[in-house]
Amino acid sequence: MTSSFLAKMARHRSGTVAGLFILALIVLGILVNFVPQLDPHALSNDVMEPPSAAFVLGTDELGRSVLAGVLYGIQISVTVGFFAALAATVLGVLIGAIAGFYGGWLDAAVMRIAEFFQVIPSFILAAMIVAFAGPGLTQIIVVVGLLAWPQVARVMRGEVLRVKQLEFVDAVRCLGLPEGRVLIGEVIPNAVAPVLAVSTLIVGQAILLEASLSFLGLSSVELVSWGRMLNSGQRFLFNAWWLSFFPGTAIFLTVLAFNVFGDAVGTVLNPKGRR
Amino acid sequence: MLPFLLSRIAWGILIVIAILVLNFLIIHTVPGDPLQALLGDFPVPPGHAEKIRADFGLDQPLITQLGLYLGNLVQGNLGFSFANRAAVLDLILMRLGPTILLMVPALIFAAVFGIMLGVAAAPRAGSFRDSALTAISLFGYSVPVFWLGQMLVIVFAINLGWLPAQGMRSMREQLVGFDAVLSTLRHLILPGFSVMIFYIAIVARVARASVIEALHQDYVFTAKAKGLSQRYILWNHVLPNAMIPVATVIGYSFGHSLTGAILVETVFAWPGIGSLFITSITNRDYPVLQGIFLLAAVSVVVINICTDILYATLDPRVRKGM
Repeated sequence: MTSSFLAKMARHRSGTVAGLFILALIVLGILVNFVPQLDPHALSNDVMEPPSAAFVLGTDELGRSVLAGVLYGIQISVTVGFFAALAATVLGVLIGAIAGFYGGWLDAAVMRIAEFFQVIPSFILAAMIVAFAGPGLTQIIVVVGLLAWPQVARVMRGEVLRVKQLEFVDAVRCLGLPEGRVLIGEVIPNAVAPVLAVSTLIVGQAILLEASLSFLGLSSVELVSWGRMLNSGQRFLFNAWWLSFFPGTAIFLTVLAFNVFGDAVGTVLNPKGRR
Repeated sequence: MLPFLLSRIAWGILIVIAILVLNFLIIHTVPGDPLQALLGDFPVPPGHAEKIRADFGLDQPLITQLGLYLGNLVQGNLGFSFANRAAVLDLILMRLGPTILLMVPALIFAAVFGIMLGVAAAPRAGSFRDSALTAISLFGYSVPVFWLGQMLVIVFAINLGWLPAQGMRSMREQLVGFDAVLSTLRHLILPGFSVMIFYIAIVARVARASVIEALHQDYVFTAKAKGLSQRYILWNHVLPNAMIPVATVIGYSFGHSLTGAILVETVFAWPGIGSLFITSITNRDYPVLQGIFLLAAVSVVVINICTDILYATLDPRVRKGM
């Protein structure tokens, strides 16, 4: 299944481009640690230099390199995106699977709770929680995990409802496996694939959320993040466009890549296309 | 129709109560004294802390506190902001106007353009027009709205000088009458456009998908077999059926529009709820933050109920529970 999935992904042109972009991003984010010249915190006397051969993406009001900032920003964005999506996926898969598998009042209750989480204005809640609990990547990851799991749970529940009535599940039951083992060992592994598409889209959402919170100043000052750079760039819109242009382009392209990739995963896994 | 309505309203009230409890819990899970969370970090006059402690019963058991908290809210007491020297409710109502002025026209335009784009692209899935739509909608929901705002300011306000960069009306001269309206309109264009792009993207995407789905229904084949024109089928059979998911997403957009407002108002120094939210974060003015969260949550619930009613009017299957 895995190899045919990869083969189909490779034939999806925009999906492949997006996947390669994400891969390149991760490699750059790791490699930048080994280039001591690129220090995002290093101050210099070359203040507010526009982009040129010497200062590739320009420098900010303290003479720090925008290029170094953009490259180090990858680490924050990708880390937050990945772990937030992971948290939401684990929560959503478990909750959705239990709801779909056992059905009845449990299912009804879980779906109502999911509906509640989709009604609350997540961005405002996230901003409030971070404002109360202090800035930190863990807070953002937890908040996204808590707010995004219903998206996963809905898809998972639907798949479990479909898979649990297939013949092989009954066959396994006849072997005398307890219900819990049937769910974990047989149903979940066969139902989890479509969740991948949703999870990828959540990576994009999480990156956007982190950037938005940092833009509002709700991030730690020591961390170099794209949103934080846009926050300080806002003051210099009138004389230093590069302070906003490059970090913002980085956010845009990264979120775009995850969205395109997520769409591609969805199309490949579900060729008939519900969209 | 009535039982359907009542059940939706009951569900809405339940959600609002759950949100109130959540709000209450946030105050109490904050590290440190909940009194601090109710006061904020802005210095308050002596005596006020004691009054708040008594009002919210902070020395009583948690469940009594919850009761007092809900009681205070029902009476419209959302707390007092010392940073602004005003009651939270008054403060929010005062800032609501500019936010509505920014968001409502932008959302209406987005709904109209989004539907037009989606409907134009749907019948020719895979064509150039369709790919263009996909590109626009991918751009719309990937671009950070505050960064789009910054870029628009750099291009149209700073470099071309066509439009004002910030604020809601010109600060240089006292304008009255028509000139004042015109000035506000000019200030509205850039922030409105930034907001609109995201909503156009999601409306167009949903409109396209649901028109495509409706086009493949049996009744469309029947209509074709009867010899009806393409245009007639689209307007009279496809669109009415395709509009329900679109109505949902438009309702969702209206409900969640405060989020977009916060980010865009920050970029453009637009004096609405969003700016209030940001200054309250900077001042650690917690009562105001909670008030805005409540307003946002309640507006989502109210708009959801309105969408449900709209559904039921559009589609008899919904109100009959089929």
